[in-house]
Amino acid sequence: MRKSDAKSRLFFRFSLIFSLFLSLFSIILLTGCARNPDTVVVAGSTSVQPFAEVLAQEYMTLHPGVSIDVQGGGSAAGIMATQSGTTDIGMSSRNLQGSETSLWSIEIARDGIAIIVNPKNQVTGLTLQQVADIYDGKTTNWDQIGGKKGEIDVFTREDGSGTRSSFESLVMGPSQIMARAMVENSNGAIRQLVSDDPGAIGYISLGLVDNTVRALDLGGIVPSRANVVNGTYNLSRPFLFLTLKPPTGLVKDFIDFTMSPQGQQILYAQGLITPGYSP
Amino acid sequence: MHIRMNPETTQTIAKVVIWAAALLVLLLLFTIMIYFLSKGIPHITWQFLTEIPSDMGKTGGISSAIVGTLALTLVAIVVATPLGVGTAFYLTEYTRESGVTKVIRFSAESLAGIPSIVYGLFGFIFFVTYLKLGWSILSGGLTLAVMILPTIIRTSEEAIRTVPPMYREVSFSLGGTKWQTMTKVLIPSALPGIATGIILGIGRCVAETAAVILTAGSALQMPTSLFSPARTLAVHFYILASEGISLDNAFATAAILIILILLINIGANLLVNRFVAKRR
Amino acid sequence: MKLKNFGERLPHGLFFIIALSALTVLALITIFIFVQGVPLIAKVGFFNFIFGMKWAPSQGYYGIFPMIVGTISVTLGAIILGVPVSLCCAIFLAEFAPRHFSDVVRPAIQLLAGIPSVVYGFWGLIFIVPLIREYLGGPGLSILAGSIILAIMILPTVISISEVSLLSLSPLLKEGAFALGATHWQTIRSVLVPAAKSGIVASIILGIGRAVGETMAVIMVLGNAVALPDSILSPVRTLTTNIGIEMGYASGEHQQALFATGIVLLVIIMILNSLAQYSIKRK
Repeated sequence: MRKSDAKSRLFFRFSLIFSLFLSLFSIILLTGCARNPDTVVVAGSTSVQPFAEVLAQEYMTLHPGVSIDVQGGGSAAGIMATQSGTTDIGMSSRNLQGSETSLWSIEIARDGIAIIVNPKNQVTGLTLQQVADIYDGKTTNWDQIGGKKGEIDVFTREDGSGTRSSFESLVMGPSQIMARAMVENSNGAIRQLVSDDPGAIGYISLGLVDNTVRALDLGGIVPSRANVVNGTYNLSRPFLFLTLKPPTGLVKDFIDFTMSPQGQQILYAQGLITPGYSP
Repeated sequence: MHIRMNPETTQTIAKVVIWAAALLVLLLLFTIMIYFLSKGIPHITWQFLTEIPSDMGKTGGISSAIVGTLALTLVAIVVATPLGVGTAFYLTEYTRESGVTKVIRFSAESLAGIPSIVYGLFGFIFFVTYLKLGWSILSGGLTLAVMILPTIIRTSEEAIRTVPPMYREVSFSLGGTKWQTMTKVLIPSALPGIATGIILGIGRCVAETAAVILTAGSALQMPTSLFSPARTLAVHFYILASEGISLDNAFATAAILIILILLINIGANLLVNRFVAKRR
Repeated sequence: MKLKNFGERLPHGLFFIIALSALTVLALITIFIFVQGVPLIAKVGFFNFIFGMKWAPSQGYYGIFPMIVGTISVTLGAIILGVPVSLCCAIFLAEFAPRHFSDVVRPAIQLLAGIPSVVYGFWGLIFIVPLIREYLGGPGLSILAGSIILAIMILPTVISISEVSLLSLSPLLKEGAFALGATHWQTIRSVLVPAAKSGIVASIILGIGRAVGETMAVIMVLGNAVALPDSILSPVRTLTTNIGIEMGYASGEHQQALFATGIVLLVIIMILNSLAQYSIKRK
């Protein structure tokens, strides 16, 4: 092989590798501008997430070519992501506080918080104070509150959960959830663990209660949507959609869809309390 | 008082214990694998493999998760392999053994051992938020690339270093240039080791969960570009399983994951054996 | 070797750039972790951070001691449960198994290593946790559950490296022992295992490293309570699961505290790696 041939082959090989490399790097550097304009990212509360998913699916059926990507992470994560611009719409299951109130927000629905126990548990109802005493560690055994003897396995959501924040402000008041409480980071996980453990107690979205767990009466009031609406069952919190600035374009269209009678009816059918629709 | 046992008796007892331990390990392996495969495979239908999940994953299939897994792994490997193997070559062939190289080697070793969650944290803050790539295949793939880079550097470097110096000397004595030596002698000899590192990296990408959720997101849709968020099979399984959304689908996903890992392992072994056999 | 030739300089330069990029990336991560984490450790105070009993970021408490206890107890449990079984298995593969058997078993064990940790975690949640809850007490989500899962997960690591160490011993050792009249087991116990000690110790240390770094498998079975555990039946949180649970929503100081936890993990891994290398060198 002649030296010039070898050299040019070498050169060719290197240019190939090098250009591959360069193009990869430039892809990485092309931030921001290549984001698909027909995408809306919705992220945050795991309580709102399944409902946002249903809305998204319906919206995408009506508007093919548009992509609504729904993410979890928790209310605090959603608020943070909205503030940093990582997400177009943030989801929160608690009210905004402090500096967060500079975000644009709209309440898309309300949902109750259900205190759940295992179906095998004899206890069917408690008072708010009793629940608070369980969660801050004062009450440790079921036989102290009318159940069969057994340790109370306390489950709570993680710190950044909107459901937890709402629970803390509505139920705990001044006391703190004890450090010994076991932490899970979604409604589904708490529901699953409570349904497995006869001695467990937890709290989840009222709209997610199914027949694998039992929702406790609070102060004699049955946890039902009707009772949340008429105000007798007062453990409820707002589901919020948040944006950094007042929404425009596709984001606005999706939020408008959510607040429209059609969107609200979807949410109502899923078990939520909807300001924009009642049968 | 020390009881002197017949050495034969001790040996028999020891043998029993050892066989028991081995059988225990095999039992565990089979139990776990067969549990997931038996519960999962019945639910794997062509529909399951080609539809996207709906209703949070309770219905529908996992096609988007399969694509997500492939995409993320591909990005990670494409970025990490040239960087890793190239660095390994540089360290072994172009630099002298010194304090600096020792430090680099130790750092690569340590970074390979950092829990993946720390990489996830880094990836979330650097790629997703700071570089504004958002939850995307790009963010996830780059994070995974960074995660497997130390491993690839380490295994490649070791593979290249253990090529007998004689190979190099023979090549040079025959008039070969450094580049020719590298491509025609070193790479083929070191290939099994390098390939092992890459396969390990692939395995890690497929199995990784926490870092992926935080960088590639957990959207259910079929990803359309590098900037789309995507779910991987492992993430999908985790969400289905931990939230109790659908145990059937969770098992099916796990079964697919296990089969995938099996195929990767078998493929890797075949590849390595073929190269080793060819060299003979 | 002179690199005057263009054909030599180009690859040299190319590889240099590649290596530089890769090492820059790795350095970036390390620097990032330290830059984020060190200020927090400085602000809270080293002893308050490492030995602080209270972790409550929303109130400004950043003590990671409960998590350190969590990591240590779960890892210790994994070692106690996993190492004896692994060693027996390694000895089995190296000394007792018929060739065809071990040719099948070895790749099977490697397969165990590839199964995603979430699958192990879920398996533990379904099988181990209810068993513990019913027969031993407590919520089932516990140190014990975590230890059992981790023990299973480190089996492949410890078994394969220990086996390799045993197999790489000079056959003269075994022949010599037999010539002196030792039984097979006596040979294994008094000659082979001590001779392979450095490799075995290295495998255990690597197993520890894997256990310390595991997140997803244990997040599902540990219960993740932030308090100091009372017993092995208590729920607990490890350094890694703490990051895993909170990293999605941590911001500001809280986020820095998670990076600081990452520093602690990095230091632990570096110490373990050094020990492993030292052990191998002592051969």
